[in-house]
Amino acid sequence: MKNSIQNIYKWIDDRLQIKVLVEYMGKKYVPVHRHSIWYYFGGVSLFFFIIQVITGILLLFYYKGSSDLAFESVKFIMSKVQFGWLIRSIHGWAANLFILSIFIHMFSVYFEKAYRYPRELTWLSGVLMFFMALGFGFSGYLLPWNELSFFATRVGSDIFGVVPIIGEPLREFIRGGSDVTGATLSRLFGFHVALFPGIFTVLLGIHLILIQRQGISEPLHYNKEEKKERKKMPFFPNFMLRDLLLWLIVLNLLAILAVYFPAELGHKADPFSSAPAGIKPEWYFLFMFQSLKYLPAHILFVDGEVVGILLFGIAGLLWLLVPFWDRKSSRGEHNKLINYLGIFAVMFIIILTILGWTS
Amino acid sequence: MENSNSSESKSKTSNRRDFLKYVLTTGLVGFAASIFYPLFSYLKPPKQNEVEVSSVMAGKIDDFAPDSGKIIKFGSKPVLLVRLKDKTFRAFSATCTHLACTVQFKSDQGIIWCACHNGKYDLNGRNISGPPPRPLTEYSVFQKGKEIYISKNA
Repeated sequence: MKNSIQNIYKWIDDRLQIKVLVEYMGKKYVPVHRHSIWYYFGGVSLFFFIIQVITGILLLFYYKGSSDLAFESVKFIMSKVQFGWLIRSIHGWAANLFILSIFIHMFSVYFEKAYRYPRELTWLSGVLMFFMALGFGFSGYLLPWNELSFFATRVGSDIFGVVPIIGEPLREFIRGGSDVTGATLSRLFGFHVALFPGIFTVLLGIHLILIQRQGISEPLHYNKEEKKERKKMPFFPNFMLRDLLLWLIVLNLLAILAVYFPAELGHKADPFSSAPAGIKPEWYFLFMFQSLKYLPAHILFVDGEVVGILLFGIAGLLWLLVPFWDRKSSRGEHNKLINYLGIFAVMFIIILTILGWTS
Repeated sequence: MENSNSSESKSKTSNRRDFLKYVLTTGLVGFAASIFYPLFSYLKPPKQNEVEVSSVMAGKIDDFAPDSGKIIKFGSKPVLLVRLKDKTFRAFSATCTHLACTVQFKSDQGIIWCACHNGKYDLNGRNISGPPPRPLTEYSVFQKGKEIYISKNA
């Protein structure tokens, strides 16, 4: 058995020289310090993505992406297909935890200033993936074609229309027409299962190759310690085994959540009914939704909503480009402004999410 | 004396190790099973209750010209209804007995023909040429007023 495995390895190595690659990977180290725990969230996010791909493909075997059949096919998955409820619940829970884990990963990278020179591209690809994760959430939410998802999509896509100049065509493009119809469902279905996963996979590939190539970032305070006192562990196998153990724990957590709090289906969408009371977007959009509520109808001569959306747009752009305007961190200096801005962003998101949740 | 002691402790450790191996392997197998059992069960398509149809209305008698054939939906299966030159009706399962293509009536040759692999049946449903291994199942046709019905042969 062992011999034949060695033979296969040798056969491949003869042709591809993977020994060099394996040795190269063995040189990757993970710095050990008091903030090391945050290093795990990138891996956890990756794990959730893998779960989403697997459960997503499974759901595709029975899901039908048309306004006549979508709701019934999801109902069929939930009630007739063996363990269909489990697969769908895992897909729903993993989606939420995926975004939560990305939030944590992204903010920890931000506070450690791991985006600084030479890792600007890793940050860029990461933030783009975060935006795509929100896109996955938005497009996937409509697919069961129930009342909630129908109106959430109507409201959500309407917000795009507020953007000056490009807003109207953009809304039309997302909806595949002037209103949310079966055409919107087909479109978002295509985005959700083909376009987004394709782009996301490319970005993820770049992200992972960059990490492999540049090694894991060492925080500024760690760099100031004496070289002798810096602790580190090999990525392979030490860190990877810890990673795998955490993945196992996360998988169990996911199973518990999916079993005890399975996904609901609600009522089929009816474009000619009125929106149900208390309709809210998913939690990760809630802080934006809630802040738009607080804006006055008019700010100077402009609609309040327009101002709000432009502000969020600018904030998102600044966030994406942090490594390029925070020059101090790249020089290895302390930049307190970054910390204050980060703390403000976290507090803003948490407080407005709570307000949105309880209102 | 010393020797026997050390060998005893050795066998004790190996016992413990065996026990651990057994527990871990069982746990691992159980864990894998708890993932793969739902997965494979999910992949197995559930049985759909097919509506049992015993007879269907094919249409009005005037809808069918003599020397022509038409595919009729019989539950979830296609049935070929043929009206012969003598204005009598015959019906056969339209599923070719070779590889389950749907057959058609060919008036120029007076046969039932499968386009996929050039299988031929005569107008009694008997396989006469090409790859089909068996004749087509015949359905009975009856008339109620001006309507034509197809039903399964008992």
